[in-house]
Amino acid sequence: MSNTTKTHAMDMSALGRSQQELNMDKESIALEVPGLSLFYDTKQALHDVSIKIPRNRVTAFIGPSGCGKSTLLRCFNRMNDLVDSCRVDGQILLDGKDIYGKDVNVTELRRRVGMVFQKPNPFPKSIYENVAYGLRIQGVNNKRTLDEVVEWALKGAALWDEVKDRLNESALGMSGGQQQRLCIARTIAVEPEVLLLDEPASALDPISTLKIEELINELKTKFTIVIVTHNMQQAARVSDYTAFMYMGELIEFGDTNTLFTNPSKKQTEDYITGRYG
Amino acid sequence: MKQGNFTTWFKSGAPWIWMNGGAVAIAVIMTLGLLAMIAVRGLSHFWPADVVEAEYTIPGQPAITLIGEVTTREQVPTERLHSAGLPVDPEKTEFMERELLKVGNRDLNGADFRWIVADWLTDERYPEDIVVVERREWGNFYGYVQQVKQDGKVIAEGDQAWQALQPAVDRALEIYSDIHALETGAIGKINSQLERIRLRERGLELDNALTPELQAELDAERKVQHDLYAELETQLVGLYREFNRDSVHLRSMDGREVDVSLGKIVRVFRPNAMGVGAKIGHYFSKLWEFVSDEPREANTEGGVFPAIFGTVMMVLLMSIIVTPFGVLAAVYLREYAKQGVVTRTIRIAVNNLAGVPSIVYGVFGLGFFIYLLGGSIDQLFFPEALPSPTLGTGGMLWASLTLALLTVPVVIVATEEGLTRIPRSLREGSLALGATKSETLWKVILPMSSPAMMTGLILAVARAAGEVAPLMLVGVVKLAPTLPVNGNYPYLHLDQKFMHLGFHIYDVGFQSPNVEAARPLVYATALLLVGVIAALNFAAVSIRNHLREKYKALEN
Repeated sequence: MSNTTKTHAMDMSALGRSQQELNMDKESIALEVPGLSLFYDTKQALHDVSIKIPRNRVTAFIGPSGCGKSTLLRCFNRMNDLVDSCRVDGQILLDGKDIYGKDVNVTELRRRVGMVFQKPNPFPKSIYENVAYGLRIQGVNNKRTLDEVVEWALKGAALWDEVKDRLNESALGMSGGQQQRLCIARTIAVEPEVLLLDEPASALDPISTLKIEELINELKTKFTIVIVTHNMQQAARVSDYTAFMYMGELIEFGDTNTLFTNPSKKQTEDYITGRYG
Repeated sequence: MKQGNFTTWFKSGAPWIWMNGGAVAIAVIMTLGLLAMIAVRGLSHFWPADVVEAEYTIPGQPAITLIGEVTTREQVPTERLHSAGLPVDPEKTEFMERELLKVGNRDLNGADFRWIVADWLTDERYPEDIVVVERREWGNFYGYVQQVKQDGKVIAEGDQAWQALQPAVDRALEIYSDIHALETGAIGKINSQLERIRLRERGLELDNALTPELQAELDAERKVQHDLYAELETQLVGLYREFNRDSVHLRSMDGREVDVSLGKIVRVFRPNAMGVGAKIGHYFSKLWEFVSDEPREANTEGGVFPAIFGTVMMVLLMSIIVTPFGVLAAVYLREYAKQGVVTRTIRIAVNNLAGVPSIVYGVFGLGFFIYLLGGSIDQLFFPEALPSPTLGTGGMLWASLTLALLTVPVVIVATEEGLTRIPRSLREGSLALGATKSETLWKVILPMSSPAMMTGLILAVARAAGEVAPLMLVGVVKLAPTLPVNGNYPYLHLDQKFMHLGFHIYDVGFQSPNVEAARPLVYATALLLVGVIAALNFAAVSIRNHLREKYKALEN
């Protein structure tokens, strides 16, 4: 730790995190937001947010409740379309192409940008069918293919060993942590490019949380991950880059080490040191 | 001090608990009381009561012998008996007991029942050799067996007569079932074939396409059927001769003697000679006859099977129509329609539709379905049958449709309720995997709201099965000659009129020529109707519980 001047800032080594060489300029960009505003009726929830999400990295959004971090996350796969009063002004580029463009197929977009929600929401089907759901939607019905993908996805979500003997049992009989990993398996089964995690561990116990965090670390080799979290330690533990949002604005964005140990903005420092939020 | 205690007691909430508990208790007592009453009155009808023989002397008149079953006893004001012309003195006693005696022998007495004053009945005895003869017409016969005859010749007399009678009756019953099978089966088939040939001929005639060749062809077909019929007829005549071979010579209470062909007898028994075991056996055989047989004697005797069949089939058909219809409407209202003034208005209208009196639906069914729709269909597709209507008259199809219309609001409301209760997170989960809205609906939302749909269906079934008023306008009849499902092509006859338990109750109890005899059947049929509705509901509830079990973890 070179930066010891701010003693109140978080000690990153204490979180078991090795120092990484991260440089935003060298990253390949998966999602780019050149400037996005979002309104619920007349109330503005996002104020001209600009951010670049690097490929195959974990980017965390932190900030107090109601700061717009979940809203921004839900823009990436146009989940906000489901809210009638919601209006988006601006662009989001996925591989250089605007996802709010006129000719964009929203279901296709959601296949490429998967999402896991705060509360585990498995379908009332068997474990197998939950994971196979996305593929069946795409018209894949070949048993061999499905078997392979289900196994691959469950292994990817570190769930295979726990459930391989009861794939045909209802997913609703699993524990909360297993259900959430099942939701992750279900999402990665369709092989999205980007994985959006909306407070994926907030409803789970510490051990399940730990498992999810370990999983995120493994998944980032294959997917670009964006995670919203309330828990700053979690953000510090799992993310490569962190964005701090406040009142619908992006206050600060940078590599996690820097943001937590040497924030450049007063608001960020106040938040991570626990002065509000 | 006392006042203070009362206030404390009132504040403790105890009065509320008592009131709530009391309300529940009253509801339970009323329900159980209702069931108990119809059960006792209905089920006791099948018990073979002892038959009394007694001398009955109205003062100033010669004594007569009466044989019969006591069905009711009641206290009546003497004044009333006096004004009915009976020689009683209202000054002496205020009340007198009178009994309703089922004396049967309607062919001899003109009435099955007779009110008698209990005090004037003397010398009551229960001779073991009194027989009760259940006949296909004229009701029961009470009396003594004198002789059993075969082709007019006496084959058994006195004590042997009873021994000889039972096997002879069994033989006649066997022949009867053969005749019945032949008449409704093979001959029924020929009739329906002939009718189809006639309709084809008429159809060709109307199209001006009846060439001599076709005519010859039809005639040939007709001849085949006629020949077939002739063959069956000889067989039938033979059966009937056998059937009417035996007869029994009976003596009634007043000494008159009658000959009854065994072909007219359903059952003979000697209730006074029966032990408890035999009576129980007889009871269950009567009960089985009630639920499995066809009605006899203007519905006052025999069974109600066609009515059970009609009720259940109509309810099932209604369910098949109403469920998809209601679910589709609810899905549109809840998932696709823009939630605004129009949708709200439609929703209110649908809710209010559930409150429209059912007879209004009957009128609508008659005017719209039968006259307009059915009439047009007849003009277009069945012109050869006119002027006799095919679908332009009440029938199973129109009755089910009318009831489906009547119950569609409850299915819509229940399904909408279910759809709103599906957590938003599940929809999002599906959409986030790249499913479209309709895929989400079909694969996730609808299966999960299936328990709510079943709830709607349960309410619909409960309402439809008990509905009678609209059915009287759209297809229920007192007596349907055949079931709506039978062996004649096309096997399912949705255009046919049918019988219904609810209407049967009304008809038997209030439209029958023999109200006294039919009254116990009213209770028995009512109990059966409750049972059928309960069974239908129970089936639906168990399906729903199964579905709930499947999706239950989502409740939390």
